[in-house]
Amino acid sequence: MPADTAIGRRQSLAGRHVALGDMAFQALTLLFALLVLLALGGVIISLVSGALPALERFGFDFLVTEKWNPVTEKFGALAPVYGTLVTSAIAMLIAIPVAFGIALFITELCPNWLKRPLSTMIELLAAIPSIIYGIWGLFVLAPFFQEHVEPALISTLGAIPGIGLLFEGPPLGIGVLTAGFILAIMVLPFISSVMRDVFETVPTVLRESTFALGATTAEVVWRVVLPYARIGVFGGVLLGLGRALGETMAVTFVIGNAHHIHASLLQPGTTISAALANEFTEAVGDLYLSSLIALGLILFVITFIVLALAKLLLIRLERQAGS
Amino acid sequence: MELYARRRLSNWLVMGLSVAATAFGLLWLVLVLGTLLINGVGAITPSLFTQMTPPPGSSGGLLNAIAGSLAMTLIATLVGTPTGILAGTFLAEYARGSRFGEVVRFVNDILLSAPSIIIGLFVYEAMVIQIGHFSAWAGAMALAIIMIPVIVRTTEDMLRLVPSALREAAAALGAPKWKVVVMITYRAAVQGMVTGVLLAIARISGETAPLLFTALNNQFWSTDLNRPMANLPVVIFQFALSPYADWQVLAWGGALLITAAILVLNITARFVAAWSSFK
Repeated sequence: MPADTAIGRRQSLAGRHVALGDMAFQALTLLFALLVLLALGGVIISLVSGALPALERFGFDFLVTEKWNPVTEKFGALAPVYGTLVTSAIAMLIAIPVAFGIALFITELCPNWLKRPLSTMIELLAAIPSIIYGIWGLFVLAPFFQEHVEPALISTLGAIPGIGLLFEGPPLGIGVLTAGFILAIMVLPFISSVMRDVFETVPTVLRESTFALGATTAEVVWRVVLPYARIGVFGGVLLGLGRALGETMAVTFVIGNAHHIHASLLQPGTTISAALANEFTEAVGDLYLSSLIALGLILFVITFIVLALAKLLLIRLERQAGS
Repeated sequence: MELYARRRLSNWLVMGLSVAATAFGLLWLVLVLGTLLINGVGAITPSLFTQMTPPPGSSGGLLNAIAGSLAMTLIATLVGTPTGILAGTFLAEYARGSRFGEVVRFVNDILLSAPSIIIGLFVYEAMVIQIGHFSAWAGAMALAIIMIPVIVRTTEDMLRLVPSALREAAAALGAPKWKVVVMITYRAAVQGMVTGVLLAIARISGETAPLLFTALNNQFWSTDLNRPMANLPVVIFQFALSPYADWQVLAWGGALLITAAILVLNITARFVAAWSSFK
């Protein structure tokens, strides 16, 4: 038995030290991994407990009431929820085709030496913080929209019955449309970089054999690349949507912060995050504060669902690529 | 032949649209940065770095806001970096293929994209209300929570790129696992991990929404981390929306400072990453 000798004893002692060190290090990393879970748990608990007074008071009506009156303490989430959904919808409507075009250009047309600089520049759009888009939107984009884009929209689309309702009223520059447009620019890099990545996972053999059959580049993209990559493309779109829903500062600067629902996209509105940024520090009274936190809870639930779906789709894709 | 002409035409059309889309995307980058330069350069004066934020109608600088932002970013980095790296290490080294690891990764990705204003609300409920007032600590905490998922993600990705042969060789020499991780894997992946930390710092430098509810703002010089503290993003928010010309100029100056810092961080990060030994 080697363990009985002095050397053997020392070796097994060293072995125990090693095992102890290993266990300690593993436990340490586990602890910090648990912190990540704890953070999400903390977010959920704090939002729910903060929102409880408002939800108890207003119940389901909170979700379907437009009224937002701090004086009489009547609060409803309909206007900000509507604003959040509409601005995000506008953003997606603009960003999806543009992001697709960019991804297409980078993967199919761009010369190799230009690929990296170009991708980097598009990704820098995502690095610019929200508040910079906000100040730029307020001083540059909103006046431009007021003077050029919105009058043009009013005189063309505004005259069409039905769609015209969306473009009614004076051109203010500040409003739902401008907010949606800024959001489109902001989520563009997120969507296009996911699209670019999934386009590049398409096997070269598939691409080349379609070319060999005489297909044009557009046909290869439309008939081969897109069907192959559709799950990933959808995941990227959802990821962008998740960003758009929660964007705060840029929207706060240009949406006008009015708790009203207008059919017209040119009118001021509000979103959940804009309402929070504007009113939170000035909210007087527990019910007011709690109503704002309840808005935050709604935002969290919506973005959680969207992001979780995006994540699940992208995980499925990874498995496919792996197998 | 007519069919061929039509197909060619539609191909040209699609390609043209794709070039247009790329130009459209780049246009905004140029426009935003150009506007920032035009409006911001005039505001970059020595007094910007030596004077405090002024009351309405008088001139001043952003010294207290710059110092506050640096202080909170520094604390957030000191908290966020080790946390993120250790959690990322767990995912890459101890939880490969495990169910629990998948859950942590999923939650981390949700936190990575979650609206930062929600994180602000969380810290408000968890710290500001418990302590009873706004403070720089709470602001730094909110920034750290935003930073952690970014670092976890990049650390895990970078550690996974390290070839198993390196780990096995070290283990074959009798090194215990923790030593393999700290002395071999970390060393092999260090550029990538530094990149992650730099990108995370870039990400939090411009965060405004979470600071509104936590650090708030302070018109004066303050080194007390237990009190509200001035910071660039919130000052920009307040000054840009004000009717005073002096304040708006300062807001542009601050915006240019933040953006320049973030671009430098991003580009440095890319250089460090390009330098990395494993791609």
